Amino acid sequence: MSIEEKQNFPTFQNSNSVEYPQNEREVATLIRKFYKSNIPIELIGSGSKRKIGKTLQCAKTLNLSKLNGIIEYLPEELYIKVKAGTSIKAIEQELKKNNQQLVFEPIDFGYFLNGESDYGTAAGQVACNISGSRRFKVGSVRDHVLGFRGVNGRGEIIKSGGVVVKNVTGYDLSKLICGSYGTLVALTEITFKVLPLPEESKTLVINNQKIEKAVHFLDKSISSSNDISGAVFFPDKPMISGSSMNIENTFKLNDLKQEGSITAIRIEGSKNSIDHRIKNLINELQITNLNIAILEVHQSEVFWNKVKALEFFSNSKNNIIRIVIPPSECVNLIYQFSSKFKYYLDWGGALMWLEVFELSEEMFESIRRKVVKRGGYVTMIKNSNYLPYVEDVFTISSERFNISQNIKKSFDPKRILNPGKMYTGI
Amino acid sequence: MINLVMPKIDRKLIARKADVVSDLKKIIKAENILYHEDETRPFETDALSAYKQKPLIVVFPENAKEVSKILSYCNQHRIKVVPRGAGTGLSGGALPMADSILLCLGKFNKIIDIDYKNRCVVAQPGVTNLSITQAVQDKGFYYAPDPSSQIACSIGGNVAENSGGVHSLKYGTTTNNLLGVEVVFMDGTISRLGGKTYDSEGYDLLGLITGSEGLLCVITEVTVKILNKPETVKAALIGFSTIEDGGNCVSDIIASGIIPSGMEMMDKALIHATDDFVKAGYPRDAAAMLIVELDGTEIEVNELIEKVSKIAKKNKSSSIKTSKNEKQRLKFWAGRKAAFPACGDMAPDYYCMDGTIPRGKLAQVLKEIGRLSKKYNLPVANAFHAGDGNLHPLIMYDANEKNALEKTEKFGAEILKYCVKIGGVLTGEHGVGVEKRELMCEMFNNNDIQQQIKIKKALDASSLLNPGKVYPILRKCAEEGRVHVHRGKTKFPDIPKF
Repeated sequence: MSIEEKQNFPTFQNSNSVEYPQNEREVATLIRKFYKSNIPIELIGSGSKRKIGKTLQCAKTLNLSKLNGIIEYLPEELYIKVKAGTSIKAIEQELKKNNQQLVFEPIDFGYFLNGESDYGTAAGQVACNISGSRRFKVGSVRDHVLGFRGVNGRGEIIKSGGVVVKNVTGYDLSKLICGSYGTLVALTEITFKVLPLPEESKTLVINNQKIEKAVHFLDKSISSSNDISGAVFFPDKPMISGSSMNIENTFKLNDLKQEGSITAIRIEGSKNSIDHRIKNLINELQITNLNIAILEVHQSEVFWNKVKALEFFSNSKNNIIRIVIPPSECVNLIYQFSSKFKYYLDWGGALMWLEVFELSEEMFESIRRKVVKRGGYVTMIKNSNYLPYVEDVFTISSERFNISQNIKKSFDPKRILNPGKMYTGI
Repeated sequence: MINLVMPKIDRKLIARKADVVSDLKKIIKAENILYHEDETRPFETDALSAYKQKPLIVVFPENAKEVSKILSYCNQHRIKVVPRGAGTGLSGGALPMADSILLCLGKFNKIIDIDYKNRCVVAQPGVTNLSITQAVQDKGFYYAPDPSSQIACSIGGNVAENSGGVHSLKYGTTTNNLLGVEVVFMDGTISRLGGKTYDSEGYDLLGLITGSEGLLCVITEVTVKILNKPETVKAALIGFSTIEDGGNCVSDIIASGIIPSGMEMMDKALIHATDDFVKAGYPRDAAAMLIVELDGTEIEVNELIEKVSKIAKKNKSSSIKTSKNEKQRLKFWAGRKAAFPACGDMAPDYYCMDGTIPRGKLAQVLKEIGRLSKKYNLPVANAFHAGDGNLHPLIMYDANEKNALEKTEKFGAEILKYCVKIGGVLTGEHGVGVEKRELMCEMFNNNDIQQQIKIKKALDASSLLNPGKVYPILRKCAEEGRVHVHRGKTKFPDIPKF
């Protein structure tokens, strides 16, 4: 392709096509300009999660990484207000100084999407709304965004919410923005609710259980008064011969010497309270005669960090799928899959991460049908060389599609912000 | 009653009332339609009883299909619809209009499914908040949000208003405890948003409609998360000789890393009023009193109570009492929960405000409220959800006195403006409704409000669902930035009013 051809090609980008606005006003000016001249734009922060969703080829890229820095952090008011491009790492470091945290546990997609740790930016976490293992206890990213400022598809600066947890003034647009993959506004400022770090964390591990029993234990633990904050299951054998689960290589922890599957339950709080609750759990689950281990503070932290970083899939060359379903359906669902896959369960069985070997479009659709039938949804998180493209990365019904299209138009009438990132036509 | 500017009344429609009734009879049973003046009178107001207006017709559909047919009929014939749950709302969100159909969800009163496996309850919207907890408490579960009106308010209304309660800091408000809804949009589309899963994909429409005050859709089914009851719950009653000390204690408790399940503060006026009313054993000499409730395992709760006591002493507390048993804990709460009726005992009428402020600004705000109380010559008592910053000043007045309500409302508006000025918001849990509609411009500029109105139009193109609520009608403020037109003082006398 000659230079001239390239420049006339609608999706061609050269270095000039990336804009780096320095502040909110510049974001608004640029978007207003693109709005007037009908130029579609891709919004990115650090790019750590750029591969999630459909691949975009826009005439322009708006890189928001220069909107960087903590605006206001009041530990006793339990909030932190940051510019949208501020890295999650920087935010967490600042919070740690005051023994506080983003309790929704931002996921580190860096390892398995790009080969190295990268939690990405505040706006990236908000745009994807994918939360860590505490979800069933503390809520998702969307439950921790108190307010935001951003620029809509007309180039207008808008805001919603505030800095307080109890606020019903106007529609709760913070919720709508979470998980919108940059298709509604270019975020410029976000206020997160923050919470204290627990004094300690320990993990009760039950070894060598079958999925049915494991899910039963996880369910019983979540439904107990023991206030647990993590419930995962790693099976011992993948549903494919010739591949291993790699549990040992992933976790490499002294106290995880036992072979077989891992059922892990996290307990956080003060030291005495943790010990008391672990004792309660062992009694309530009636597991005294089973092979159990307790990961002490340090190992427990390492374990959950590895879960958070999806290290289990770190060198995968295959398609990775994320499935969210009602927890009661998870065991049946696993037995319904005919593909070759390996998986693990989080959120006590309500979240399933699947690595599928030699996945075809038909197989993916068949998985989707089975999940939707059980009241859940499916997201293709990572494509592979084997199946590099699927039309419907996300799941949606036709009537919700129509409503979503109307919502999109109300923010971005010309569809210039990340067009088609989630669904064709939105 | 104070004049309230509302959208233009469709006189022609009122004249066609008989035809509309006969059309509706083809959609739902005749016995579920009320249209005589004496039948519609009980529905002329919600819990903001200062505003009254009889609706044209009241309908009681029995299922989502009927709701869908009614809405699509009204959409076709450009008839306004006002949804109503239990009518306990404090901001006039269910105030009818003379040319509107009031759509009551009282017949949606069943719990459909109790699903312990997925830790949720599916209920029709007319089920009361408390009865959800009652349905699952024998198995040790409960539904966390507990607005004071929980005995009467409906779960559908809770979703529409995003109701809170005293445990919001630790357990969140309705939006954080909701898994799914079935809704009907104004064009008659029935849609399921969310379900029994955590989060749903695509735009978070569930989050958008929660707290949308009946402007975006009618809720016909609700799925809420239920939690297991904590092992132990204890409360401490702490007195302070100054408000500042109490406020500092609240900040210190939070800063120390403790998240109490409930933390309530009352000022001297309310301590006396409630203690007179229920004899709760409150420290009557204190200028401010805190109820700090902690839950978890017995060991943890005892540790935390000790920590809280230390922090309180450091902040010069004048008295500390810890609940010895469940009976005593409930007694501690009895006074707080009786705050409203206790004020009713002190004055013929009271007006309950609802702003949220950053916790640390409490003393400053109470000082300002004290100043305004003198300025308006109206006594005020303050209840404060200190944990989440939600302030409820109760202004006492006598509605029989000339202009008393107008004066009270001005006082209330000044309080809310001050809340916004220091970084808070207009409403924490009661909603905007008609009450705080014209104050929206204190918080939002034209862009913000126009974006919200565009969302409304995206889901209800002709703005027929609950019109006249939440957004300023005379968008003077929205167009000019910060200028605010107060209700009843319109510069446009030709616009129809009640």
